[in-house]
Amino acid sequence: MNPANYILLSALLFSIGAIGVLVRRNAIIVFMSVELMLNAANLAFVAFARMNGNLDGQVVAFFVMVVAAAEVVVGLAIIVTIFRTRRSASIDEPNLLKY
Amino acid sequence: MTGGEVGTGEAIVFWVSGTLAVIGALGMVLSRKAVHSALFIALTMINLAILYVANSAPFLGMVQIIVYTGAVMMLFLFVLMVVGVDASDSLIETIKGQRVAALLMGIGFSILLIAGLGNGLLETTSVGLDAANSANGGNVEGLALLIFTDYLIAFEVTAALLITAAMGAMILTHRERWYPRKTQRQLSQERFAVGEHPGQLPPPGVYARHNAVDTPALLPDGSTSDLSVPEPLRARDDVREVDQDDIEGIRRLSSGSSTTDKGER
Repeated sequence: MNPANYILLSALLFSIGAIGVLVRRNAIIVFMSVELMLNAANLAFVAFARMNGNLDGQVVAFFVMVVAAAEVVVGLAIIVTIFRTRRSASIDEPNLLKY
Repeated sequence: MTGGEVGTGEAIVFWVSGTLAVIGALGMVLSRKAVHSALFIALTMINLAILYVANSAPFLGMVQIIVYTGAVMMLFLFVLMVVGVDASDSLIETIKGQRVAALLMGIGFSILLIAGLGNGLLETTSVGLDAANSANGGNVEGLALLIFTDYLIAFEVTAALLITAAMGAMILTHRERWYPRKTQRQLSQERFAVGEHPGQLPPPGVYARHNAVDTPALLPDGSTSDLSVPEPLRARDDVREVDQDDIEGIRRLSSGSSTTDKGER
């Protein structure tokens, strides 16, 4: 088996995450799909670090994790705020800027 | 740790963990309830942590478990509890045919990505991280050296980012108090002003053989108290009957007039 299989797995997970973002309507599940895409990217970084034989890829994956943690905190706070005012977690609901 | 090439053991780990990760991802997208989605993606993240460790990244594997399955998923579940566990998807499409189009696009995208990458990576050879990991005494030491030398600025900026995120979350979820907080005295006066039963309702009865919530309590005159049984049970007519003969016996016992039927009870 070639370590490139890890890259293919990461591509598959990224695509599933992208489909989740496009298909689902619940803001929290959309957010989980974004997390899945970030994780897939991390797996690609780690696998590339191994294939290239240096640790820079792992450092980048570490920074991605930090940014993802910050993103989750702010994103969930936004979802909670929208839920408080609109009583809904659906991403079709917020259309105040439309009209 | 593993070298550049994948041994049989690692191949088994890859196929088992990789399959579970894909199952988790698909379950996350397909399940109707948000809580099930959260549990499925936790499965995916744990399996990704195993794959990191298999890829000579033990530090990242541990961080993945602690940060993602530990902190991030718990935060997700917490927000799910706030937003409502039953919040499921609406089936109304705001844009016509968007779901089908998105699905087709996603499948096409994945075929393109996997075919392109698979074609490009077919001939690659893997160097492996054995040399890089052992150069400074281990994976953690190697990462630390990189973070505190080459990536020092990025690391410092990360600190600012995390503080900003914490501030942002606090500001976003902060609720202004528009009315002054009610004092205990005001609350008490409001309770009595309604004119209803001000205290707590009487607890259910406690008998030798029953003390469940469906058992009504006895009033001093021997009748049972309806208030001591919860409203839903009363509505369903699930109140346990108290045997009037028993009550009569108890009354006789307590008045001390009769000791004859002690043996029967």
